[in-house]
Amino acid sequence: MLKYISSAIAGGVFGFGIAISGMANPAKVLNFFDIFGTWDPSLVFVMGGAMITALIGYRLVFGVQKRPLFEVSFSLPSAKQIDRRLILGSIVFGIGWGIAGFCPGGAIPTFGLGHSESYIFIASLVVGILVARRINPFFLAK
Amino acid sequence: MTEFTPYLSLIGGVLIGLGAVIFMAANGRIAGMTGILTGVLPPVSKDWAVRAAFLAGAVVAPMIYVALGNDIPFSVPPSALMLVLGGFLVGLGVFFGGGCTSGHGVCGMARFSVRSFIATLSFMVTTFVTVFVIRHMLGL
Repeated sequence: MLKYISSAIAGGVFGFGIAISGMANPAKVLNFFDIFGTWDPSLVFVMGGAMITALIGYRLVFGVQKRPLFEVSFSLPSAKQIDRRLILGSIVFGIGWGIAGFCPGGAIPTFGLGHSESYIFIASLVVGILVARRINPFFLAK
Repeated sequence: MTEFTPYLSLIGGVLIGLGAVIFMAANGRIAGMTGILTGVLPPVSKDWAVRAAFLAGAVVAPMIYVALGNDIPFSVPPSALMLVLGGFLVGLGVFFGGGCTSGHGVCGMARFSVRSFIATLSFMVTTFVTVFVIRHMLGL
């Protein structure tokens, strides 16, 4: 039970951070990338603050804990390879992010706020993930 | 135009990082929205309930903030068609790229993952170029 509560708290802190940071606002996100137009550098502070906090926090966690509080072991990504899949996937993500102004972490916390744009984006995001999962075996075969 | 909000954005960013640290300390996981979301989509992963709890927290926290009388600025310049196209491409891209801004950009970079650094660089540059093309070349 405790692992569900801690997960909900972690998600809550994350979602609250997204909401007040401006990441949940596509206009602000797009303006961050529009250096030659209506530039708004706020997102440097979001990403910088998040990354530095995680960097320090992870060091403390891995330095102090042998295992997570409510699980048997840490589940860390094991993939190391820099391949076409990683780079092309990230490029396609970037094109989509630039078109829509939403990224997954920025969009999900807006789900309960009643904005039709959020529902359109999240539904399309889910379809994209499901299609990717369906066609994935064909890419793995190569 | 959107207002430059360095303090609010910094506090928000620190909270995003703090959420990621809590998730690692308590649940031993990366707080990447792509991975968490993918695991609750059918066919669901074995640990879908832990992921669902994270998503529930992420959805409810902003609702509470708004219910307490606060405002979350929200404005969407892209059209509905662009949201559909963009959303679909984001879904494809984050699946194959193995993560998004939260998983690669925050958690991965904080773990000094070379993979995440390459992924983050790839999508940040591409997003920048895409916004430039859409706003300054296509004039959308």
